[in-house]
Amino acid sequence: MSEFTVTVFRLAFFVILWLFVLGVAGVLRRDIFGPRKARAGKKARRGGSKSAPPPPSRPAPAPRPSAAPVAHAHPGTIRITDGPLAGQTLMLSGAPVTFGRAPDNTIIINDDFASSHHARISAKNGAWMLEDLGSTNGTIVDGSRMTGPIQLAIGTRITIGHTTLETQS
Amino acid sequence: MNQAPSQTARPRTYRLAELGLLILAIAVATTAYALVGLGVEDTIPANVYGYAAWLAALGVILHIIVWIKAKYADPVLVPIAVLLNGLGLAMIYRVDLGRDEYLGSAMTQLVWMTLGVGLAIAVIFVVRDHRWLRRYTYVSGFAALVFLLLPLIPGIGKTINGARIWIGVGSLSFQPGEIAKILLAIFFAGYLVTYKDQLVAAGPKILGIRFPRLRDFGPIVVAWVASVGVLVFERDLGTSLLFFGLFVAMLYVATSKVSWIILGLGFFSAGAVAATFLFSHVGQRVSGWLNALTAEEYNKTPGGSYQLVQGLFGMSNGGLIGTGFGEGRPNMVPYAESDFIYASFGEEIGLAGLFVILLCYLFIFQRGIRTAQQLRDGFGTLLATGLSFTIALQVFVVVGGVTRLIPLTGLTTPFLAQGGSSLIANWMIIGLLLRISDNARRPVEEFHTGVLRITEDSEPVPAVARANDTPSSALTVDEDAPTTNLPPADSRVFDGEAPTTNLPPAGARPRGQAPNDTDATDQRPTGGER
Repeated sequence: MSEFTVTVFRLAFFVILWLFVLGVAGVLRRDIFGPRKARAGKKARRGGSKSAPPPPSRPAPAPRPSAAPVAHAHPGTIRITDGPLAGQTLMLSGAPVTFGRAPDNTIIINDDFASSHHARISAKNGAWMLEDLGSTNGTIVDGSRMTGPIQLAIGTRITIGHTTLETQS
Repeated sequence: MNQAPSQTARPRTYRLAELGLLILAIAVATTAYALVGLGVEDTIPANVYGYAAWLAALGVILHIIVWIKAKYADPVLVPIAVLLNGLGLAMIYRVDLGRDEYLGSAMTQLVWMTLGVGLAIAVIFVVRDHRWLRRYTYVSGFAALVFLLLPLIPGIGKTINGARIWIGVGSLSFQPGEIAKILLAIFFAGYLVTYKDQLVAAGPKILGIRFPRLRDFGPIVVAWVASVGVLVFERDLGTSLLFFGLFVAMLYVATSKVSWIILGLGFFSAGAVAATFLFSHVGQRVSGWLNALTAEEYNKTPGGSYQLVQGLFGMSNGGLIGTGFGEGRPNMVPYAESDFIYASFGEEIGLAGLFVILLCYLFIFQRGIRTAQQLRDGFGTLLATGLSFTIALQVFVVVGGVTRLIPLTGLTTPFLAQGGSSLIANWMIIGLLLRISDNARRPVEEFHTGVLRITEDSEPVPAVARANDTPSSALTVDEDAPTTNLPPADSRVFDGEAPTTNLPPAGARPRGQAPNDTDATDQRPTGGER
């Protein structure tokens, strides 16, 4: 094998090696920074092509829009502002979100002051409703302990044990 | 990018990106293998196609399994593991060719890799949800202890190169400590997530830093004593360092208190200084590190710095782009295919290649930590951190040792170094990280298809079941509160039918499901806390 071939091979090796690294870096970049742009584009595309499921971040069942106060601002995300999971954001997208200590909750609150199934946020009549699932220490909404289901608006602060969540647009 | 067209498509799965990167990784591995043949024997190895096909088959099978079983898993883990493993195989082959007699160790390593990939697939199949592992917290802890102690049993245990960390049956030998590392990560995660609340309690304040209470020192002291035990009885510096580092790192992540790191470093330095003076094998390593370039250390026959210095010479010979595969002389270094494989790479593919290797480890670590951040449960967070930290710490200890930043210890370079136990353990870690990251990146609606049914099912719960449940859990809550809240039927959780639902079907949960189910709260351990 000639010297030249070997050199070409070696060069090719480095090129592929670094291509791999750049490829991984590209995936990482998209994963960390990219989704926002990509999602905007996709939303537009989906709006045109898809019929059945409601777009995410709107509290679902479009079939009965009459009950929902149209002008009401519905929250689209929940942000955990305080507690061990602080900083996490969760998108409300149709499925109910449950809070509590048991491992099958959406948000697992590892806190002795939270019940195993503490509270739930679900879509009802086009709005997001917060329910306490009979927790021992209760769920505090905007400073007062909730008694019945509450419709969530943007900026509501929900406290479960040591964890505080805030609804955002 | 792969977007299964029917799904709501918000979180991307990046499965096609994984495939693309995998193809690149296999191309790199194959080119490296061919270059080794070109460099040493001036011909491309005859079996290069078979070799490439074998690697590709392993990679693609794993890729397909991940695609089916863990669709949202992190896309870069599999390609990186395949790339590192493939580079390692090429270098092992190269060192083998440079020897006087050809041992075929690259093929042995390929068999181990096959086994490792098989185990990673098994992990993905068996562990349907990482939270399931939490129930085996203490079983894992006990098993880890057994694995750690196995080499000390006379008859099974073997001493190789001064370290009694091997078990051997006939000519086969295995390092059980590598498996123990995974089991310990599971144990620490389960243990710390349960007891972290106690460990954050404030204690005395010294020099402006608040330290934990003295009586909470128990776990860290136990971990330290165990590590020192490994050091004394198995004479293995690396494993000892790895276990203690793992525990301290997970303790820090669980409590987010810097004082634990300070304490851990304190314990570690005390142990390290004492060990340097008390145990000759540690002392040798330290003096070989500090005075590596003196004539008497270099020429000292057992335990001198010959290996370290030859490794440094090799790396400097490599320079920026290396001598090329097969053109250098990595065989000058003892254990050029295992402990010093990093130096062999430095010589033959130079700094440009070493950076890729280091970046790959960095990527694995970054993905692990990112997964930990995205997870919604504390156990998974700790486990993902612990697993990725073992890889990172191992790389630091090995590369630091080879480049003479820290004293040399006997750890293996993950995925690269020759050695089956380490390789299969690291593949199992990859399997676990894939499973955990699948859980972390899965969109809520797919995650929760089961609970959707559960929480909206208001079917009354049989009173008998409750009456039985409550007292039994009340007995155990004191020591292990959260785990006792696992529904008794959740052994069924993981044999569900749909791959995307990790949660039991509505009927499978006997309690705690209905809205206003006040009974669920009776199982709470609050007791006198309020």
